[in-house]
Amino acid sequence: MQAHTLEGGFAAPPREAAQAFRSLMEAMARPGTIHALAGASPPAPLSPAAGAVLLTLVDGTTPVHLAGAADCAEVRQWLAFHTGAPVVGPAEAAFALGTWEALAPLDRFALGTPEYPDRSATLIVELPHLAAEGAVLSGPGIETTAALSLPETRAFSENRRHYPLGRDFLFTCGARLAALPRSTEVR
Amino acid sequence: MTQDAYNFAYLDEETKRMVRRAILKALAVPGYQVPFASREMPMPYGWGTGGVQVSAAVMTPEDRFKVIDQGADDTTNAVSIRKFFERTAGVATTTRTEEASVIQTRHRIPETPLREGQILVYQVPIPEPLRFLEPRESETRKMHALQEYGLMHVKLYEDISRHGHIATAYAYPVKVEGRYVMDPSPIPKFDNPKLGRSAAIQLFGAGREQRIYALPPFSAAESLDFEDHPFDPSKADHPCALCGSEDSYLDEVITDDAGGRIFVCSDTDYCETRQARGYRGKDAA
Repeated sequence: MQAHTLEGGFAAPPREAAQAFRSLMEAMARPGTIHALAGASPPAPLSPAAGAVLLTLVDGTTPVHLAGAADCAEVRQWLAFHTGAPVVGPAEAAFALGTWEALAPLDRFALGTPEYPDRSATLIVELPHLAAEGAVLSGPGIETTAALSLPETRAFSENRRHYPLGRDFLFTCGARLAALPRSTEVR
Repeated sequence: MTQDAYNFAYLDEETKRMVRRAILKALAVPGYQVPFASREMPMPYGWGTGGVQVSAAVMTPEDRFKVIDQGADDTTNAVSIRKFFERTAGVATTTRTEEASVIQTRHRIPETPLREGQILVYQVPIPEPLRFLEPRESETRKMHALQEYGLMHVKLYEDISRHGHIATAYAYPVKVEGRYVMDPSPIPKFDNPKLGRSAAIQLFGAGREQRIYALPPFSAAESLDFEDHPFDPSKADHPCALCGSEDSYLDEVITDDAGGRIFVCSDTDYCETRQARGYRGKDAA
């Protein structure tokens, strides 16, 4: 284990996790809005926002799937030290982390069941660019419409068709975050 | 004991993560009841343990916290929960609706319209709207999965056949975003129109029953009704005796042993703010 594995967590966990969760919750409650999410310094290739999401939501009870370049020794060690989350394959994952390309195809991830739609995967998608432009969003949490630079629209409108089942998405880029719950219509 | 003896907002971090994950899923599926591993709290079930856990999970040190019990800031339940978070989280508190960022409520929605940035946390005794119609959890879960809500309409219809109108006056069921039937907690049906299209985030916590559910901002929450018996958010047909308000929800208060009674606003902050602005009812001091 390398020394930097031990670093990069929250300096004051209860306070910073509370502030990070508030950004996460506002993002999930208002799809398309972009929020600052700092405080974590995870190893490359993880963004600070993705690191903060992991520190805030993930622990020994939540299996995590690392996709593509995110699945490296540094990230695994950092995740193990700071969260204790087991790293698993896509089908068992409560959370999955990677670039859009690395996470595809999405049907590998849990969709939930009709009785328990909450038992679906939350995907943390690392994006090179995040802005309030592009795809048009509407649905719960959005007064009229919102816009978000999604990597594509088809996968999300397909996800919406399963409602109330479906995967939920968190988009991270640098120290910023946006979210797209399954309830959002994407055009 | 000082607040330093507790973790921020009382709960340990692992518990908060679990509650936080449930809140995110609840926001993703509005109206669906997400199971969570409710903890024992230092207060009895029925005193807002679900609401307290949700408040603890969303609270940040910068928040300003308000608690109401049936609209009042000064009842035992409201005062103790406010003190609980003053002591364990060190947050600022207020009784003013517009100054609060997190509002925990038992059985009312404040009269003052809520805005973006505010969070309303409801204490919920029985989260399952179908529970008194079907006691088995395995069955109500299937009914939600299949959108099998005919039984609820039968119940409302039986109200009409027996009383001539829908007699359900509180915990009046709503349909969220055209999908899940949801119990809005025992708020008076007068408050139902404030549930839908609110700019605030609304979170519901049921401690004993171990469920969390949510209404994201601007989501639709339609009170169930019939074309020929439309939903009627009724209230006592009086103005407030203290502030004269014609459109707030009223409590009937007995004032003497001779049957004397007055009707006053149930929302104490709303009533006091109006009185401070010079509005007077017939019994104002």
